[in-house]
Amino acid sequence: MAGLEDLYKEIIMDHYRSPRNRGELPTPPAVCTEGFNPLCGDQITVYIDVADGVLKDIKITGQGCSISQSSSSLMSAAVKGKSLEQVQETIGTFKGLMTGHEAALEDGNETDKVDIRALGELAALQGVVKFPVRIKCAVLAWNTLSQALSELP
Amino acid sequence: MTSFNAALVRADTPQLTRVINGHPITYLDSGATSLPPRAVIEAMSRHYELHHANVHRSVFQTASEATEAYEGARLAIAKFINAPGGAEEIVFTKNCTESFNLLARSWGRVNLKPGDAVLLSEMEHHANIVPWFQLRDMLGFEVRFIPVTDDFRLDLSNIDELMKGVKLLSVTGMSNVLGTINPIKELSAIAHKHGALISVDAAQSIAHSITDVQDLDVDFMCFSAHKMLGPTGIGVFWTRKEILGAMPPFLGGGGMIADVSVEGFTPASGPTRFEAGTPPIVEAAGLGAAVKYLTGLGMANIAQHEHDLTGDALTRLELEFSGRIRVIGPKDMTDRGGVISIDVDGVHAHDVAQMLDQFGVCVRPGHHCAKPLMKRFGLNSTARISYGPYSLVQDTDVLIEALHSAIGMFG
Repeated sequence: MAGLEDLYKEIIMDHYRSPRNRGELPTPPAVCTEGFNPLCGDQITVYIDVADGVLKDIKITGQGCSISQSSSSLMSAAVKGKSLEQVQETIGTFKGLMTGHEAALEDGNETDKVDIRALGELAALQGVVKFPVRIKCAVLAWNTLSQALSELP
Repeated sequence: MTSFNAALVRADTPQLTRVINGHPITYLDSGATSLPPRAVIEAMSRHYELHHANVHRSVFQTASEATEAYEGARLAIAKFINAPGGAEEIVFTKNCTESFNLLARSWGRVNLKPGDAVLLSEMEHHANIVPWFQLRDMLGFEVRFIPVTDDFRLDLSNIDELMKGVKLLSVTGMSNVLGTINPIKELSAIAHKHGALISVDAAQSIAHSITDVQDLDVDFMCFSAHKMLGPTGIGVFWTRKEILGAMPPFLGGGGMIADVSVEGFTPASGPTRFEAGTPPIVEAAGLGAAVKYLTGLGMANIAQHEHDLTGDALTRLELEFSGRIRVIGPKDMTDRGGVISIDVDGVHAHDVAQMLDQFGVCVRPGHHCAKPLMKRFGLNSTARISYGPYSLVQDTDVLIEALHSAIGMFG
């Protein structure tokens, strides 16, 4: 049985109570993308400011549960100031944690496993995988960021 | 008066013996789907074991038994809602949502045109909103909404103005979010005074009160079996015989025709005109058993029981969590059913539901397919508690304890 302590880790509660990078950025120059979770009504808006191949700034607004809000806060902290290449890599690693991790466990294929150490604080969200219906909460911000990146001029 | 004992209903309901996360299950999500009693489950198993065949076609013994079960359910539903024209007025669909799509695509398509309006309310489920928007986009009529007051009731102060040009008033009998029971008789009189018809979304009300379409004086009614202790996969559409007879078929295929040639087809008469393809036969057998079971309990008894439970829960929520938990719905028990939506200050509904699950408590978080209503009250989601005939006051005890723990964790 997965315990609540797996889900509501201290880092998650901290980012939920004091979300990092909350707010908006002027568009343009920033790009803004909205993401919805149609099943639960969670909504998120991601603003990114990209110059010279670097994600200079990121701001997030929206409403949602502790998992979706802390995930967006953790994400913003993890990608801010990184090169777009690194950002894409982080997105891939995180989504791998959320989607591939279970499959990797089932297969028993250790080589497919996500390198948790590379994720830093984001690894706190690992417990979400034990609550499959909450995965969509955790990935909302990341999908929205992916969308924003694809909309860059 | 029929005897009613919720503890016996509970004993009849196998799923209520489950243990979830180390706790006996506390099922408070009957508004989403109800738990079938053994009688329903056994009727369905027995049908598959002994009576299964396709309906309306073959002449052999089991085929006529299957037809009897299917048509028997139609008759049982007709009696249950007091349909004036009997079984001939009952159409089986997939669910309440499909019933609304049938209403829109069949009746609506031939009766609505630009300049007309369909009047809904802000507290409707998406099932009674989206089919009208879809049809509006095809035909170009207007869709309007009766506003909801700050105390969670329909605002009828401007109803005569809102009714101008309206061909159909389509409202819910009971809100699946607020628990508000709407004044359907009054609304029928208003609709008919303006020359309009009225349809009722009975999804929430059907299993929790007496439903009499003649007393309510309504023209259409839609509901699902699974919210009335029956199985999923079967819903009901009712309208008076005169209206049904003039409605064109919606879905086409086998079973709904009188004749087909290489030139075209002639639809069957009666409700089967709307039942293309092999219908939900076994589900109908289950629904028939559910109606029998509910009738045995007595709908007035069920309504009273849930009324008492809900009143008690509202009082205790106020006493224990005043200022921390806000009830999104009427605070008094006048015209109010057993659905309680709560907004916990500082804790998102998903987190509330997740923590309650640790205590085996099942509540529904989210927008409850009523986004216009959520927007009206500036909410993204609520956690919804909903009672059924098997609910006991002990369920509320566990709920309150679990809510204290959830709030404690989030501080």
